[in-house]
Amino acid sequence: MLVRLNVNGEWREAEAWPGASLLSMLRDDLGLWGSKNGCEQGECGSCSVWFDRELVCACLVLAAQADGRHVETVESLAAAGSLHPVQRAFLDAGAVQCGFCTPGLEVAVADLLQRDPDPTEETIREALSGNLCRCTGYQKILDAVHLAADRMEQGTP
Amino acid sequence: MEFFQPSSLREALELRADHPEAVPIAGGTDLMVELNFGRRRPGAILDISRLPELQRIGREGDRVVLGPGVPYARIIRELPDQVALVQAARTVGSPQIRNRGTVGGNLGTASPAGDALPALAVYDAEVVLASTSGSRRLSWRDFLVGPKRNALAPDELIVSVEWTAPRGPGSFSKVGTRNAMVIAIAGMGLQLDESSRSLRLAMGSVGPTILRAPEAETFGAGVLDEAGAWSNPGAAVSATALARFGELAAAAARPIDDVRGTAAYRRHACAVLARRALAWALDDRRLRAA
Repeated sequence: MLVRLNVNGEWREAEAWPGASLLSMLRDDLGLWGSKNGCEQGECGSCSVWFDRELVCACLVLAAQADGRHVETVESLAAAGSLHPVQRAFLDAGAVQCGFCTPGLEVAVADLLQRDPDPTEETIREALSGNLCRCTGYQKILDAVHLAADRMEQGTP
Repeated sequence: MEFFQPSSLREALELRADHPEAVPIAGGTDLMVELNFGRRRPGAILDISRLPELQRIGREGDRVVLGPGVPYARIIRELPDQVALVQAARTVGSPQIRNRGTVGGNLGTASPAGDALPALAVYDAEVVLASTSGSRRLSWRDFLVGPKRNALAPDELIVSVEWTAPRGPGSFSKVGTRNAMVIAIAGMGLQLDESSRSLRLAMGSVGPTILRAPEAETFGAGVLDEAGAWSNPGAAVSATALARFGELAAAAARPIDDVRGTAAYRRHACAVLARRALAWALDDRRLRAA
């Protein structure tokens, strides 16, 4: 079936199997490999995207359900050609090791900071509870969130 | 595999009648896992996420009306006075899951570990089902008939969940290995009702379906009676009585050993959770009265 959706501001379409996930459409049909396929069961958060502005796991949305809807992926963060402050903070804080969980975490962090520009430690932990990282032990990720929040508040990149 | 995407309830019910093999999908947090892993290949999928009729949420007089398609994140924001359900909603999955998962999904999947279900059980909630030939109303107890089994007919959809708003403190608590993304090893809903001076206790993940604990309920309400606590929230309730309440809850559990925990551990968890839940409710009443 033909699915047409707005991805990162652009209307795109692809033939999708009716049982296919939004994640497989993004990766296999639209060539957007930023959203990672980690667990396919909503456990790891590596495929986190915005679906009509809500943070979701793309593996748990049926591609067909996204017809006519708006999706923003991790690729939208650096759309202007320069890194998003959250991405810059991940690099500077050393929050990236193997990098597999990074896109999903960056989307989740950007989502959090849109809603709460100055989150408490508890709020950050709760907001990132759906994203798994097996390398960093999370401390550097928490550092990156604070760094991004500070920089975004001060308007520095 | 066919795919249907109705935009009204009437259209959805007609499709459901014509295609009883079609599996409904709303938030997808259960069904997509089965599709992704090839565990299920339904002949058709019926997308019910675009039906405005399933998105109702709020009070109608003393009744609470909850559309089965409302995601947990909205329940947390929009039903703050339904504390047991909100606490249950807050323990569902992760932020990503709470933005998609629905009470309709918990009812449709009918897992004994569905977090919202003990809350619905302590509300004595009714599940409203509809088909092209009409609608019917079942108590949660008659709807949840067994592990992963419910009373939904192949031509029906869940269209509403309704209950009388309780007057009194309520809670939901669960035991698992971490705070997020946990399938409960034991879950506990408790609700006090000041109007009828009664208490309701429901347990998840410790039996084939959600279990109420009638002996614990009667005992607990009686303890408040004897202490004079219904009219005087400051009245002390003994630790012995709280412990006995927990024991009666544990006795009503019918747990099994599985990958997440043993039957003995689950029974123990019921005693602890029930005792704590009653203590929290009593504290809550004391604080309100103070």
